[in-house]
Amino acid sequence: MRAIGEIGVMDGYRFQLHGQDLLALASGGLYWPAQNMLVVSDLHLGKSERIARRGGSLLPPFEVLETLSRLTDLVEALEPHEVICLGDSFDDLAAVEALEEPDFAQLKRLAAGRIWTWIEGNHDAGPLSVPGSHVAERRVQNLTFRHIAQPGAVAEVSGHYHPKQRVAGGRARPCFLLDRQRIILPAFGTYTGGLMVRDAAFDPLFANDARAVLTGARAIVCPR
Amino acid sequence: MQPGSICSSAKGNRALLPPAFAAWFAARGWQAHPHQLELLAADDAALLLIAPTGGGKTLAGFLPTLVDLAAAPHEGLHTLYISPLKALAADIARNLARPVADLALNIRIEDRTGDTKASTRARQRVDPPHILLTTPESLALLLSYPEAPQIFAGLKRIVVDEIHALAESKRGDQLMLGLSRLTRLAPSARRVGLSATVEDPAALADFLAGPRPARVVVAPPGPDPDIGFLTTLTPPPWAGGGGRWAAAEILEQVKAARTTLIFVNTRALAELFYQAIWAENTENLPIALHHGSLSREARSRVEAAMAAGALRAIVCTGSLDLGIDWGDVDLVIQIGAPKNVKRLVQRIGRANHRYNAPSRALLVPANRFEVLECQAALEAVAAHDLDGTPRGPGPLDVLCQHILLTACASPFDASALFAEVKTAGPYRALSRAAFDDCLEFAATGGYALRAYDRWQRLVEVDGLWQLRDPRNTRALRMNIGTIVDVETLKVRLRGRGGGHLGEVEESFAARLTPGDTFLMGGEIVCFEGLRDMAVEVSRRASRKPRIAVFSGSKFSTSTLLNKRVQRIIDDRGAWAALPAHTAHWLHQQGEISQLPRPGRLLAESFARNTHEFLCLYAFAGRAAHQTLGLLVTKQMEVAGLEPLGFVANDYALLIWGLQPVEDVAALLKIDGLRDGLERWLGDNAVMKRSFRNIATIAGLIERNMIGQRKSGKQATFSSDILYDTLRRYDPDHLLLRITRDQAMHGLVEFERIAAVLAEIDGQIDHIRAPHVTPLAAPLLLEYGKVPIRGAGAERLVVAEAARLMAEAGLE
Repeated sequence: MRAIGEIGVMDGYRFQLHGQDLLALASGGLYWPAQNMLVVSDLHLGKSERIARRGGSLLPPFEVLETLSRLTDLVEALEPHEVICLGDSFDDLAAVEALEEPDFAQLKRLAAGRIWTWIEGNHDAGPLSVPGSHVAERRVQNLTFRHIAQPGAVAEVSGHYHPKQRVAGGRARPCFLLDRQRIILPAFGTYTGGLMVRDAAFDPLFANDARAVLTGARAIVCPR
Repeated sequence: MQPGSICSSAKGNRALLPPAFAAWFAARGWQAHPHQLELLAADDAALLLIAPTGGGKTLAGFLPTLVDLAAAPHEGLHTLYISPLKALAADIARNLARPVADLALNIRIEDRTGDTKASTRARQRVDPPHILLTTPESLALLLSYPEAPQIFAGLKRIVVDEIHALAESKRGDQLMLGLSRLTRLAPSARRVGLSATVEDPAALADFLAGPRPARVVVAPPGPDPDIGFLTTLTPPPWAGGGGRWAAAEILEQVKAARTTLIFVNTRALAELFYQAIWAENTENLPIALHHGSLSREARSRVEAAMAAGALRAIVCTGSLDLGIDWGDVDLVIQIGAPKNVKRLVQRIGRANHRYNAPSRALLVPANRFEVLECQAALEAVAAHDLDGTPRGPGPLDVLCQHILLTACASPFDASALFAEVKTAGPYRALSRAAFDDCLEFAATGGYALRAYDRWQRLVEVDGLWQLRDPRNTRALRMNIGTIVDVETLKVRLRGRGGGHLGEVEESFAARLTPGDTFLMGGEIVCFEGLRDMAVEVSRRASRKPRIAVFSGSKFSTSTLLNKRVQRIIDDRGAWAALPAHTAHWLHQQGEISQLPRPGRLLAESFARNTHEFLCLYAFAGRAAHQTLGLLVTKQMEVAGLEPLGFVANDYALLIWGLQPVEDVAALLKIDGLRDGLERWLGDNAVMKRSFRNIATIAGLIERNMIGQRKSGKQATFSSDILYDTLRRYDPDHLLLRITRDQAMHGLVEFERIAAVLAEIDGQIDHIRAPHVTPLAAPLLLEYGKVPIRGAGAERLVVAEAARLMAEAGLE
């Protein structure tokens, strides 16, 4: 493992969730040093393919390439023992089958020699024919990893909502959203929109002192 | 073409007017204008009528239809009328109802716009009226239905109103592609274009013409307008654009007139001026505000009050430039330099909307430079000298949309469609290779590295291109049009049932923090917060507002006006026509430095407050100067001249930095500037905005994919992500090429810089002035200074930090 905390993909915001030291990375991944674990969420691989299949726009078909290359950068930098993808890793189950051979090979390379867990999301509920195990949720020590946050849950790590925040009139950027009970990860996929953190959908999930951690060149923390 | 030339056969043409129509004219005490009769007699495949405001253009356009339909019954659609404004279509429907009723004609007239009920639109597709009044977008939609051949089979006439305005945007390109399809469906249908006075009638005729050329008919222009400066006791300020300084004197003019239209160049300035004139309006004269950011209800209220004659004045922007006929306006006041003579003439025409009555107009320059520009505009109007930039070739993003919509109607043969498209004026020079690129984009997305082998949008079956998935028609029809809205948020008063005041750009809303104030609809409101994707505000009368910088494009002064300004400056004899303060200002410039001369570039450098200034009088317009500023400061940065910032107006560019510039010519080498532009453009917000529009028009982005942020649902992703992805993986993609092209022409006006530099051809007069010069001084006061965060700024920070350390004794 390389030194962390430098500017770039490895820059991060350090915080505690129910006693566990975690790092929200500027690149959009969550790192748990004690477990040497990397968590990413909402890769939405195959989104452009799915839109095209349904007769919609023909978006630049490079999003799998782009998302996987950013994920590869992170995995190569951290060399994690375990990787958890928090659901909606594929835009739908057909997108898994449509994965092109080089992309599939790249996923295999990434998963080799480590524990790789695919959490089920609403877009990709069902067994996946890709390397790694496939579960509805996973518990490691006192932390629970699932796709959609449950009101009232504690020590919870989830995704699904694609939180975004805008500061000082800049562009809205994907961000983590966290308080003492839970953290919601930003979408890691390239073609993903987002939900502004002030949206009422987050109200039942977060206490008043919730913080957002903006992703980008640096991790920037600000109030929700 | 001489205006009088068409009158020769007027007598003969009069015979064409059926007795019932002649009696109808006579009963109103009217006489048909010669150009109206000329159109009645015409049997041209395409014809362009150019007539001034109030010249009976619309009747000229419809008279042949009415006469034709009165003579013989017609089954189905006879005449298609297309106008740029929905409101104009409705207005025409009302105006035509009169003669149709008086003459007891059995003619069905209906409009069809985005506001028409879905059930009516569905019925119109099966059972079209005799006369259908519509917009370019609604026509494109109609043409995308499989039943289009039946709807248009019997079409006799196509009337395009305000074609000069349509020709200024992509809406015109889309319309002409639509007409090329119409001509295929109804080969005998004749085209008539109705236009206000334009600088190049032949070019507009070529734009309108289909397979055969269009004839131009020019109506007599009517009397010259009565137009002059507003004379004021105080001279205008050195810089700024509001005209607020003259609010009291403008109010006096309003009092003396029956109804006044006060044109202001931008929406934000309209808000500020409206506030200023009401501050003077102690008699509470009914004065209203009208601009495109106000809610539709607010605008309709003003229009209704105007139609009812209840208003004495309207402060307005270009939102009132077109169409609707208010008979009673007797004075037009233009605040700020008109920037463009053609627009000024059209605005002046709004006063005395009657033929053969002179229009009365007053110009109010907003600052000292604008005095020159207003004088130049007066001279240009008197000389009937109109400006305009030649249209470029038809844009390819519009063609991509046309190809997809053509596929919605029925399968097509590529070569036949190419031949058809080439009959449209804007696409006459289209190459087969460019057409094939567009077809390829529409079919496969046109990506170099990877392809959607199985999921092409269009597929070729037995030589005909068709949609792979017919369900796609719905999304494609939703995407029709070439107007891409900026993302805006509604502004609402806080509280139960809070009224909807208007809209602001999302980027403006994002900069607001609670407690900030801005002007909206003439009142100062206080930002309370964002709620349900609306900007919530409260009324706040006491505070000074921040300026609302919602959209409302700033036009640059036209090349023609700038050349006239240069000629006035160069000709001391012409100064007598200028107000004394302005003549004195020019005289001082000649004493202290030198006057800019046509065909040469004046560069001044001087020192002021530890900074070195360089002023370049390029007379290329604000947008071009801003681009030039970015590029020149980039060159200066490389040369170690430590630039700190720049500011531009329509006439000159002022740059400041830490080092004096010795070799101006080296900074202005066109190749260097062009290289800089290529690099700078790539990652620029201007490009991203331009890409978003192009990608939406071409059908890469669906309109409902952007800017949709329903509460509780994730918004779809930003077009910037697509732009960045394309730049990385497919930099030569068709849409990126279109984006670069259009940005060079339109947004950054690099061509104007190139033209100016070509004209001066290295003839630069570089003056080292002892201090700031009279012509440069207004620039120091200008808004919109652009800081350069380069080595110069860094050196100042280091120096300041060192000074603070020393001051604190921390050496």
